[in-house]
Amino acid sequence: MPDSTPHPSPLELSSPDKTFLDSNELILNMGPQHPATHGVLRVILKLDGEKVLGVECVIGYLHRGVEKIGENRTYAMFNPYVDRMDYVAAVSNGLGYCETVEKLLQIEAPPRANYIRVILTELNRLASHMLWLGTHALDIGAMTPLFYTFRDREEILKIFEKYCGARLTTHAFRIGGCLYETYDGFERDVKKFIDFVPPKIDEYEELLTSNRIWVERTKNVGKISAADCKALGVTGPVLRASGVKWDIRKALPYAAYPDFDFEIPVGANGDTYDRYLVRMQEMRQSLRIIRQAVEGLPEGPIMAKVPKVMKPPAGEVYHSIEAPKGELGYFIVSDGSTQPYRVRVRPPSFVNLQALDLMVRGQLVADVIAVIGTLDIVLGEVDR
Amino acid sequence: MTPVATPFFFYFLAGLTLLSAILVITRKNAVHSALALILGLLAQSGLYLMLYAPFVAGVQIILYAGGIMVLFLFVIMLVNLERSQKEEQFNRQKVAGTLAAIALGGLFVAVFIKGKALFPASSNQIAEGSNTQQVGELLYGQYMFAFEIASLLLLVAIIGAVVMAKKRI
Amino acid sequence: MLDYVTSYLSSNTTPGQAGNLVWALIYILIVFGGVSVAVMAMNWLERKALAHFQIRLGPMRVGPHGLLQPIADAIKLLTKEDIIPERADRLVFWIAPLIILCASFAVYVVIPFGPTHAITDLNIGILFMLGVSSLSVLGVVMAGWASNSHYPLIGSLRSSAQMISYEVAMGLAVVSAILMTSLNPSGTGTLSMIGIVEAQQRQQIWYLFKFFPLGFIAFAIFAIAMVAETNRAPFDLPEAESELTAGFHTEYSGLRWSLFMLGEYAAMIAVSSIAVTLWLGGWLRPFPNALTGATWDLAFSLFPGFLFLILAAVAWVGVIRMPKHPYFRVQTLGLAGFGVVLGLIGLVLFVPPVRDRIQDIFWFTAKVAFFMYMYIWYRATFPRYRFDQLMRVGWKVLLPISLAVLIGTAVAGVVL
Repeated sequence: MPDSTPHPSPLELSSPDKTFLDSNELILNMGPQHPATHGVLRVILKLDGEKVLGVECVIGYLHRGVEKIGENRTYAMFNPYVDRMDYVAAVSNGLGYCETVEKLLQIEAPPRANYIRVILTELNRLASHMLWLGTHALDIGAMTPLFYTFRDREEILKIFEKYCGARLTTHAFRIGGCLYETYDGFERDVKKFIDFVPPKIDEYEELLTSNRIWVERTKNVGKISAADCKALGVTGPVLRASGVKWDIRKALPYAAYPDFDFEIPVGANGDTYDRYLVRMQEMRQSLRIIRQAVEGLPEGPIMAKVPKVMKPPAGEVYHSIEAPKGELGYFIVSDGSTQPYRVRVRPPSFVNLQALDLMVRGQLVADVIAVIGTLDIVLGEVDR
Repeated sequence: MTPVATPFFFYFLAGLTLLSAILVITRKNAVHSALALILGLLAQSGLYLMLYAPFVAGVQIILYAGGIMVLFLFVIMLVNLERSQKEEQFNRQKVAGTLAAIALGGLFVAVFIKGKALFPASSNQIAEGSNTQQVGELLYGQYMFAFEIASLLLLVAIIGAVVMAKKRI
Repeated sequence: MLDYVTSYLSSNTTPGQAGNLVWALIYILIVFGGVSVAVMAMNWLERKALAHFQIRLGPMRVGPHGLLQPIADAIKLLTKEDIIPERADRLVFWIAPLIILCASFAVYVVIPFGPTHAITDLNIGILFMLGVSSLSVLGVVMAGWASNSHYPLIGSLRSSAQMISYEVAMGLAVVSAILMTSLNPSGTGTLSMIGIVEAQQRQQIWYLFKFFPLGFIAFAIFAIAMVAETNRAPFDLPEAESELTAGFHTEYSGLRWSLFMLGEYAAMIAVSSIAVTLWLGGWLRPFPNALTGATWDLAFSLFPGFLFLILAAVAWVGVIRMPKHPYFRVQTLGLAGFGVVLGLIGLVLFVPPVRDRIQDIFWFTAKVAFFMYMYIWYRATFPRYRFDQLMRVGWKVLLPISLAVLIGTAVAGVVL
């Protein structure tokens, strides 16, 4: 494939025939198997001593051809596949897909289904952020919050299991609404959870937020400006921590979000510490949304009238939701048959990962690991 | 406290020093030479102990073996040694070197034969127990000026090294 | 024979000073055995305490509550294949763990467990300890070099740079404590370990509290520097697995690696002993001068016995809570036996002759055990410092503060 403008790889050594001890420039490979890359991600670093001059990510180790599979499955059959992309927060993947197909079919899920969807999606956001916090702290060296967050995440997974039978890849929603009615005791469980979790979040904050070592490891590390975020298309907590108040739940509301009152936390500096604070605040706001949803759960049907054989009219639609990691978008092209012509997923981690190079230039090697953690990438989503 | 088995320890430590000195100059691997030097320095601190100078022995271990030799090892390990080993070794000064070695050896033998008569009698026997105090009093009392000049020299050397090697991280 | 033993036991010098070779050897064996047992206990405690900090249980299967886990680890490490990298320097590869081990263990020669309970009392005790523990840096450098691979080399260079940086702050903190020993009528201080504790006893104050807050700050500096010196969290970047350089002991497997761990734990105990001797009053019981008198002495002397009885009670609570299943019978019996042994030790510690002799050793060991627990606590709680931040803390924070404390102590000593 000819390139009109030669794109110099950041990894070209300026003087290739010196050894690594003479020229101070070193190409280092953080291979696909590494404890800190959150999956099979290969990161090639060009270093000058300790300073990072450039980073190249090699992805594709987890590519499973999900989008191609989508072309050979009917719309309902493709629903379980989307959970496997961002396997950490599977519920929001399902929500995005179902809403996109509903937009294509021009049907609306009933209010009760929307409320149930919101409750489960916000619980899923909490679970994702808790996992993020544990693994990020572990990368930076604090090994204890991992166990605390996983312990509390268990409660969420128990609710998911009681609701739809699966903890991780939930396949919770169907096109047109929800398949399962809430089980007996769902509201009680969720309310118990909402009361149980805020002291735990306070505990995590107590361990980390004002810990001097944590602050020194995360302040001014991996800074990215708002303009760069917008230019690269970075979304989610990364964008919000750089100062841009953009959340699709407020900007282009979907599901039952217009009914709820919540805030969008925004950071100031765009460094790792701000991203940490933004995500902690998002956890609390999620709890707020869940409380309002559970208290105002309306009665009614949970499934809209959906044709047995789904043949949407020919056309294309793009719909995005605010997944825990950023803007998760689905672009579906229909040719009028039961199987989509093209399903294209816009995964937030894939787009956010492109910012890695910009964020670690000039930082030290140990910061690369902190920045990969703070971007909160899931390789299942990056590679699909 | 009466010393025990003095001749044995003296010959043992002196022999160890000599052996390590020979190893320093005969080993091909620079790291082995450095390790032999460390062994020699430790044996030497043992000899200081036998001369009732425990403070000097302790400082020898801390500074020489534990500080300076560590820096030697740093340098040896950071410099690309394979290239220097591939370079051909030459010695075009064999004659001058041999003559100088013979002269120095003759000087040592002469001193040994003349014995203690060459040196003035030592002024005072410093008791072992207060060795540290006496050294301290001498350093900070009589030789204070020299001490401060030496430390100033070291400071200049440190600053010079930092300025030369510094690069922005 | 018995008179020989009793005549020695009633002497008032250490074996080294008395020139008594036999007793010195016996003390050396006791200390060596004690340290080895302490290292194994520390291994178990670290895994259990870390697990409890992280809401898990830790080893539970290998013995009752994992008590035999260190033995299982030792057997595993001893029977592992001894792998030496192909182009590694065999001699240096073999010597490196030995140097660290010898340096860490040689320090125990001067550690004072009591006024006469030390192997010897060198009159340059502190200098000897600092010097010999700085020899372990050599072992680290050599271990990284001998592995012939550039990740361990970079890791060992970082590790040794960290160790020598924090030695400076450590040394200055030690000097300010030594300065305080010279505040006696004759005006001379002492470098000997037993002399330092006796100076604290004479001046009737632990140096932790002397010229408050100067003594306390010096102690804090030493406590931080000693954690960095032994490459433990939060200063364990050279050893961490999630960083790029995996540390100087990457290429070592089996017995050689266990020698590194042995050396590391022994060094931890050794530097904690220095801290205890210099600032926490060594073997002195708490409040030796504020609460004097025969009754207080008696009360404090009953402490060790009660402690062991409490430990025995805890073991018995564990026995009661064990599941009543045939599979657990051996473990329950084992734990019960352990509890009985602890109880017997506690009862023996109430017997007056033993009680009086054991006081010094007990208080010294209790204080060192406190430091060991703090090491584990730091590891569970703190994230890791990045290497440049670590060096910055060592040079730009600890060194100026320790210099200031030194000058302050000198001024306070002259003025007050």
